[in-house]
Amino acid sequence: MIGNLPYVAVVIFIGLGIYTLMFKRNLIKIAIGICLIENGVNLFLITLGYRKGAIAPIYTQAPSGQIMVLPTPQALTLTSIVIGIATTALILSVAMMIYKHYGTLDTDQVRRLRG
Amino acid sequence: MSLSNHIPILIIAIPLLAAFLVPLINRINKKAAGILTALALSVSLILTIALAVKILTVGPQVYVFGAASPSLTLPSGLKFPIRIMLQIDAMSIFMGLITAVVSFLGAIYSLSFTKQYDGVDKYYSLLLLLTVGMFGMEFTGDIFNFFVFLEIASIASVALISFRGIDFGEPAEAGFKYMIVSSISALMVLFAIGIFYGQYDLLNFAALASVIKYSQLDKIALGLLIPVLAMKAGAVPMHMWTPDAYSEAPAPITMILVAASQASLYALFRVVFSLYNISLNALTVGWIIIVFGLLSMFIGVTMAIVQKDIKRLMAYHAVSQTGYMFLGVGVGLAVLANPEALKNYGITAMEGGIFHIMNHAMYKGLLFLTAGALFFRTGTRDLNKMGGLAHYMKYTTIFFIIGAAAIAGLPPFNGFASKLLIYESVYRFNPLLSIMAMVVSILTLASFVKVFHSAFLGPKLPQFKEVKETPRSMLFAMAVLSCIIIFFGLFPDLIVKNLVHPAVMSLIEQLQYTGTVLGGM
Repeated sequence: MIGNLPYVAVVIFIGLGIYTLMFKRNLIKIAIGICLIENGVNLFLITLGYRKGAIAPIYTQAPSGQIMVLPTPQALTLTSIVIGIATTALILSVAMMIYKHYGTLDTDQVRRLRG
Repeated sequence: MSLSNHIPILIIAIPLLAAFLVPLINRINKKAAGILTALALSVSLILTIALAVKILTVGPQVYVFGAASPSLTLPSGLKFPIRIMLQIDAMSIFMGLITAVVSFLGAIYSLSFTKQYDGVDKYYSLLLLLTVGMFGMEFTGDIFNFFVFLEIASIASVALISFRGIDFGEPAEAGFKYMIVSSISALMVLFAIGIFYGQYDLLNFAALASVIKYSQLDKIALGLLIPVLAMKAGAVPMHMWTPDAYSEAPAPITMILVAASQASLYALFRVVFSLYNISLNALTVGWIIIVFGLLSMFIGVTMAIVQKDIKRLMAYHAVSQTGYMFLGVGVGLAVLANPEALKNYGITAMEGGIFHIMNHAMYKGLLFLTAGALFFRTGTRDLNKMGGLAHYMKYTTIFFIIGAAAIAGLPPFNGFASKLLIYESVYRFNPLLSIMAMVVSILTLASFVKVFHSAFLGPKLPQFKEVKETPRSMLFAMAVLSCIIIFFGLFPDLIVKNLVHPAVMSLIEQLQYTGTVLGGM
């Protein structure tokens, strides 16, 4: 019996992510913040498809009459995870380029563009 | 099974295929990468025009993936669509035309512009992927599919913005900023999708629109969608990425990025009009959008006046012009529940706002291309270091004058046509809004007079002795945009009646949108 616990976890994940984005000054930590939000959203999608006592939605081996979890949110989450990997890789590679030119990852010093 | 049924998917598939062919072709012949890109995008452009003719004469088109026939939206007696589909009505194809023209000209312009770059094949690959993402965002009828295309467009544009990040720090910085902004907005869109799916078990726009109830959860979803899509479109409280990204990206990419932010704008209008329509509190949401518009117009132009970097200045003007679109469409939304006012001035205001999207893509694209031409020849974007360039770059000067006159709303250029529609209709909604829009227009003119004066006028400067006219492919792209601007300025009626009005009606009439998929419920 887990009830609404996953939704609480979703809120904590997204809240922590937004906190990290707003108050941390390190570019890598900002990337981690994005990852946290992403995990929160993925967990939200998966939780939507969860049914109590259900089995995996594979028809060939399913005992008849057994309820199954929804497959669509799982497909969505899988797509989202793949996209998330690309996003994170791109964020980190851009952070690498910034480090090469500025010699720092501190957002206060990476500020040549202003005004 | 004729090929003409498959045009919608071919428009997306051809650039996608070309995107992965380009690096292979580049191994064989260095020059072929750019030519293949331009070729693929020209095919896309021709197909988009063909599809536009079909949609404007026959009606909205759907394309269902993996169905027995592309138009079979409801398989085997089901009441709701289960397959991913493209749904293209007059508004989608209006945006599609902008994307097709802009990306094609961007590729042509890049042929000369990217000569000094390394890794040009990757550049073209990413350009094609960005185009695919934009087409997908505009054509899709499935909300999760929209998220996927949004991410494709974001990732490609970030890589393109920081394309010069290997050599300079600033492009990487701008790219990082844009990546954070687009990741957050895409994730919030995904969260909203989750909310919709959890309530209605549907992912299709039209099917969702037919059952949406404007419950508390729907309000939360709307509250997530409006700010993030406005952020991607560059509206003011969330505009911090716009000047950085626009000024640091290569010039042709900046032009395409303008169209990419308009794709997000389109998505915002699609959500508000086609998904919620009158079920939402139209007056409140309309005013929220109007306030976004006012802030963008005013803050954008005041920030632009003080800029010294030519592309940064133009980027702030892009923010300011986006405000006009928000204003026009916001007024239309505010009176959506009031048929009398909608008929009297609401539709005209929306026509102005929507027409301005196309006009803005054309003249802002032209201005960014002229800025790119100046950078290409002089190697600087600082207005204080430029001067007397009219002596060396005659055609570029003419193109700049056309673009500047259009953005300032002078007749007979296209900016005038759409701004006049906005002024006269918004005046009947609230005179103050209209007056502010005019003031912004005057400030825009002032700012471009300054640019023209400091970059083009004045005596010949010794350091620019070597400067000559830009290469032919760059001139061609600018000339085409200038012709479109003048044509739209001379015959605005033709465009408004045949392209813009159907687009506006397809936004307003929600039943038509849902009926295309659900068969007239």
